[in-house]
Amino acid sequence: MCLAIPARVESIDPSNAMAQVSLDGVRKEISLALVDDVAVGDYVLIHVGYALNKISEEEAQQTLELFAEAGLLGAVN
Amino acid sequence: MKYIDEFRRRDLALKLAGAIAAEVEPSRRYNLMEFCGGHTHAIFRYGVQDLMPGNVRFVHGPGCPVCVLPIARIDNAIELVERQGVILCTYADMLRVPASGRRSLMKARAGGGDVRMVYSTQDALRIARDNPGRQVVFFAIGFETTTPPTAVAIQQAQAEGLTNFSVFCNHVLTPPAIRAILETPREPDRGALAIDGILGPSHVSTVIGSRPYEPFAEAFGIPIVIAGFEPLDVMQSVRLLIRQLNQGRHAVENEYTRAVTRDGNPKAQALVAEVLELRETFEWRGLGWLPNSALRIKDSFADFDTERRFELTPSPEQDVKGCECPAILRGAKRPTDCKLFGKACTPENPMGACMVSSEGSCAAYWTYGRFRGESAA
Repeated sequence: MCLAIPARVESIDPSNAMAQVSLDGVRKEISLALVDDVAVGDYVLIHVGYALNKISEEEAQQTLELFAEAGLLGAVN
Repeated sequence: MKYIDEFRRRDLALKLAGAIAAEVEPSRRYNLMEFCGGHTHAIFRYGVQDLMPGNVRFVHGPGCPVCVLPIARIDNAIELVERQGVILCTYADMLRVPASGRRSLMKARAGGGDVRMVYSTQDALRIARDNPGRQVVFFAIGFETTTPPTAVAIQQAQAEGLTNFSVFCNHVLTPPAIRAILETPREPDRGALAIDGILGPSHVSTVIGSRPYEPFAEAFGIPIVIAGFEPLDVMQSVRLLIRQLNQGRHAVENEYTRAVTRDGNPKAQALVAEVLELRETFEWRGLGWLPNSALRIKDSFADFDTERRFELTPSPEQDVKGCECPAILRGAKRPTDCKLFGKACTPENPMGACMVSSEGSCAAYWTYGRFRGESAA
């Protein structure tokens, strides 16, 4: 029930209320009622037809770097 | 898919496993409760438990909204369909959950009741618009993640003057459940493992932020790490918990920074606060009656409150005999401790909610872990 899927915003309605997202190539209409300042090209978390949040690319990269750093530590042992 | 594939990479998982193995102190115990059913499923589906040293164990938490909803509320939903003749809109997970007398919404539908599976509250509003002569009830369940879409729908119904639409509100809150788990004495002689650290909710936290957990880390001296739902997120969060325990620290840390901030989503919080308010108390399966643990619809939206629109009878609740769901939800027992597990109770023929829901522990064990030895489970 709490699962949410990352999706890319493909277009936004003129009213700013709804957006079309692409989920692995599948188009879906979602509500933007819970988020501000979403732009085409942003990735958002989709939950029961609503965008819950924007995903931060910068933070995602930092997390992936932390995994890579673990690799170095793991390799030592 | 972006933000999914790179967080499921096998090579990185093995490296993280190596790092964890290097960091655990062999003499120490690391019992980590994953609060969310989403984490339980990630742990089993991706074999995360098998990548952990033997002294790192997962204790499964109550974070499965379908599982914690008391049977009496499902009985009420069935009553709405059968006695009041409403169109009941519900998320798919609820359809097969056993109610009293081995009934379910699915069976109510098979008996001619108008139960409709919806993906979104927007679908429920559409059904109400399309059926002006019928009462349409949205069966709202879920934690903080799922609550804002309900609040949006209620506001929208009021704005549109959609008088045949109401919400049967069963939304519950995560922090009071975490408090209840931490305050309940663990019974090691009855198999309840002590909890040394907590993997905190992913998407609940995108809404409420990481701040609400801070008092628990402080008051109970327990480290909490907000963890994403992908397997590498879970492993990295385990590593952060191990590190805190080794260092004798107990702070709230956030592994899922790409989606969670300390303050969460203020717009979603404001919408919920406008439409919903705290209930003095609410019953949770497994945890009992917890104060200030759920939400109800505010007076200003009373017209859209199913509980005020219809007279609902409190049902004499009958839990299924032998079903260990309550103890499993507290993390006091494991699915394999239940006599019904895999025998009388399977996903095809569930006796308890934990076997139905895609977030239930029993469903995770059945789907991915039923042939696992108990020592590894």
